[in-house]
Amino acid sequence: MVIHSLYIINKAGGLIYQTDFTPGLNKLTANEYLVLAGTIHGVFAIASKLTPTALKLSTPSSLSSQSSSLSQTSSHGSKNSGLRCIETDKFSIFIYQTLTGVKFMLITSGPTSKDINDLNYSSDVAEGLLKNIYAIYSDYVMKNPFYSLDMPIRVDLFDTKVRELVKGTA
Amino acid sequence: MNALIRKKAFNKQEKDKLLIQYHIEAPSFVMSNHQDIIHSSSVNQTTFKGGYNPSLGPVQLPSSYQSQIASSSKNQKNIYDHSLSRRAPEVNLSSLAFLFSSIVDYSQKSSKGIQELEARLNAYGYSIGTKVLEIITLREGKNAKREIKVVGILQFIHTQVWKSLFGKIADELEKSSDSDDEYMITDNLPLISQFISVPKEFGQLNVAAFTAGIIEGILDSAYFQANVSAHTVEKPGLPLRTVFFIKFDHGVIERETIRFGK
Repeated sequence: MVIHSLYIINKAGGLIYQTDFTPGLNKLTANEYLVLAGTIHGVFAIASKLTPTALKLSTPSSLSSQSSSLSQTSSHGSKNSGLRCIETDKFSIFIYQTLTGVKFMLITSGPTSKDINDLNYSSDVAEGLLKNIYAIYSDYVMKNPFYSLDMPIRVDLFDTKVRELVKGTA
Repeated sequence: MNALIRKKAFNKQEKDKLLIQYHIEAPSFVMSNHQDIIHSSSVNQTTFKGGYNPSLGPVQLPSSYQSQIASSSKNQKNIYDHSLSRRAPEVNLSSLAFLFSSIVDYSQKSSKGIQELEARLNAYGYSIGTKVLEIITLREGKNAKREIKVVGILQFIHTQVWKSLFGKIADELEKSSDSDDEYMITDNLPLISQFISVPKEFGQLNVAAFTAGIIEGILDSAYFQANVSAHTVEKPGLPLRTVFFIKFDHGVIERETIRFGK
């Protein structure tokens, strides 16, 4: 699985961070990136309304039994029950929303051969990666006195740490 | 002016009211049992204090109060009850990082330029440095000695001070080859500023100016007057590598030459 790009969307639906990891990707204009982030934000909100109540109730016991305690606690609330993953032949999108409402979105290559044996392989990798990015975000962005909340992230250390992490998983 | 007078009038009114209340209450004091009065007032008044109460005379705390105070001071150990020479328990890195982040944020808001911000951080550190020297020397116990050589005090900072402040020793201690009065202490990953990356528009700012201030404070109170500044000197893989540049006053070097004759 190749990690293409990372988006971070704040709780108001504004894009605060975007970076590409694979070279040669077509760039969008700044405005298009913002529209994309806003759309994801809206679709996510709609999706969390659409999630059937039965599924919400059954997730803690059956589906997320092997995932970490963090996702178990968050799946109780309706916040994390929205859009988790979009899969196409060409690419996949994975979204992780924190309890505080920040959304981390990863665009990766499409399903790989490993997914045939293990259906959850890609989503497990992506979910682990997103949680690690969240940890880096809370360390290097939140503890930085020069960063103001909900504003675009321009933090060198965050850039390098995320790149190191993605390089490590690829 | 008008308002003031009105306020005065109001105060007087209030005083009158209080007086009236007092007069109403006063007979009840007389009528009821003396023991009772102390009890009821201690229940109603949350800030019950022993001592002298003008309306009642000398007041003694009820025995239940006294036992409570005694037991609470026995259970909750005050900071003054701990031994100074015992090493303090570790502090959470996150809270330290957030605290330092707030210090930087505060100094940034109250200063006009980068230079002033750096000077301010340095000043905060300085006041810590002058105090921290005392406790580190105390904790050294029998091994402690008064450093009288420049290299001695620098090694003390490089090892003991760094260990007690940051839990590790500094990475390098160098002497400048150009000049006799210049030394450098290097830290590859400064503990307090490890989560902070300085934006480009802040230029050469290094928030470790705070630590530089601590060093300066220690040196000054040990009678090695010096100027200390922090500089970022990157190395591959070490983006936060910080060099503390120490420039001693002319007199310090002169004294050293006379005393030890180099």
